[in-house]
Amino acid sequence: MNGLDSLFINLKAWILDLPWIPEKALPLVSMAVSISAILMVFPFLFAMTTVVERKLLGRIQNRYGPNRVGPYGFLQWAADGIKTLTKENVVPRSADKIVHFLAPLALLCPVLLAFSIIPFGRNMTPIELDAGLLFFFAVGAGTELAVFMAGWSSRNKYSLLGSMRAVAQMISYEMPLLLSAISVVMMVGSMNLNDIVAAQSEFSGWIPNWHVLTPWGLLGCFIFLIAAMAESNRSPFDLPEAESEIIAGYFVEYSGMKFALFFLGEYMGLFVMGGLWITLFFGGWQAPLPFEWLQWFPSWGWFILKLTALIFFFIWTRGTLPRVRTDQLMALAWKFLLPLSLFNLVVAGLWRFSSEVAVIGQVVRWTLGFGLVFVLYVAFGSQFGTGRRFARRTYKYVD
Amino acid sequence: MNIPGKGIAKGYIETAKNLFGSYVDKERLTTVSYPEEKIPAKENARNFPFLVFDKEPLDGLRCVACSICEKECPPQCIYIVKDKDENGKAMKRPKIFDIDVSVCMSCQICVEVCPFDAIKMDTAFELSGDDRFEGLLLKRDELAKSNEYYHSIHPTEAANVDAQLEAERKKKEAAKRAKEEAARKKAEEKAKAAAEQTKESSERSEE
Repeated sequence: MNGLDSLFINLKAWILDLPWIPEKALPLVSMAVSISAILMVFPFLFAMTTVVERKLLGRIQNRYGPNRVGPYGFLQWAADGIKTLTKENVVPRSADKIVHFLAPLALLCPVLLAFSIIPFGRNMTPIELDAGLLFFFAVGAGTELAVFMAGWSSRNKYSLLGSMRAVAQMISYEMPLLLSAISVVMMVGSMNLNDIVAAQSEFSGWIPNWHVLTPWGLLGCFIFLIAAMAESNRSPFDLPEAESEIIAGYFVEYSGMKFALFFLGEYMGLFVMGGLWITLFFGGWQAPLPFEWLQWFPSWGWFILKLTALIFFFIWTRGTLPRVRTDQLMALAWKFLLPLSLFNLVVAGLWRFSSEVAVIGQVVRWTLGFGLVFVLYVAFGSQFGTGRRFARRTYKYVD
Repeated sequence: MNIPGKGIAKGYIETAKNLFGSYVDKERLTTVSYPEEKIPAKENARNFPFLVFDKEPLDGLRCVACSICEKECPPQCIYIVKDKDENGKAMKRPKIFDIDVSVCMSCQICVEVCPFDAIKMDTAFELSGDDRFEGLLLKRDELAKSNEYYHSIHPTEAANVDAQLEAERKKKEAAKRAKEEAARKKAEEKAKAAAEQTKESSERSEE
């Protein structure tokens, strides 16, 4: 355990050891330190993500992207921040002012709460809850309310349409999200995220025992990723905000800092979903290779690295896939992801109870496992794209 | 076998090619960093009109202040006042020629109607200024630009115009010469006739 790895833990211990902090205030100070760490790191990550996202999207479309503010445009976030802070805060006259004011806060608070159970590194979980995963989903469900509050209180048809879409989408995708996470709980036997990380800490040769490298884990991580994208309203599931159809959905009527808060909440939700995804399927803060010389790299560094890679994938997706239609969105959730995640539970159960077989049995088990997952994927996925084809249109009076 | 998601994977590869290709291959980029880099203007580009002069900026103005463009201009952004010499006689030269580029709609009708090829379309577009009113009202001296400049922005068109003007000038000269010739001939014939008449009359008088 080197100094770099326990840097933040030592920092916190040093703050708590300060002589002028009274004994009774220690739990409070401890919490405040953890909270302020989260509040410093992740909004900064959000700021950087906005710039990098715009730059990468530009590159995907063969243009430069922002390159004016600071070196290569990397200070664009500062300019944007100053702009949103100094902008006028407009509230529609007919809006429900209290709810309108509360909605961005109601979106941000549950998202920030969800951060509190993510293990960011070795011994770096802000709150160790035995029912951490349950807490995460319970708190995460609050964002749906916030989105509907924003849409309803704005008194704008676009806001209302956007928030109704958002609620329908979030409720639909909550199901596969939960069910794919439950497969991990089935295997590990605990909802404590630290236990889940610990269950993935072994290595078989050079290959880490991450859940993603098992048949049920592969399918589960695939389902979880799609559902997480939909939950956090990321493209291609950005129907609730669909700029080209309903302007910006539920936050049409928000301006200035409140608008920025919605953005912040959305991206923070994305990060925390990504963090959970990494924790459940990609070994959390564990190093991917068992070498000695990799030990100097801190555990929280691996977490950030994995999260950055995931964010890159989200940006890549946004630059690649067009927005889905509402019926496609619902079909994907109810006809594809939901049955797939239910069957995945069966696969996970079979996997759990066949772990004791001999070597040859293991080969059969792995082949059968991946084969079953592949067959399920093809069986449920083949309904997309092969369905209704439009006949070539002929014009009666033209030719 | 048709594996679901194959098209999506293809899309991912395509965008990844763009993403990394645009860092390697400058040719891929469709935009340039504008104030530092500029794409050369297309030859047929046009923005706002300007006045063409040959040699001298003021005396060489082709414009004769006939006001046809002023009358034809759909948004009426041209304002012309004829110049007068010291005797108060109208000169074939504008005293005031203003174009309000905040009104001009770049329709090129003034260019089409000008019988003297005096007004042409410019390509300059970086015209922003800090004065909203005076700064966008271009005066005669700002509008006057040399024929060489015209050649530099629209080479083909300018060459055609020059050739046409030259042909017209030659035609005019030829017509003038023909006229002079005719006049001289007429005068000669007249003189001859007069001489013959005097001869005849003298002969008659001799009889």
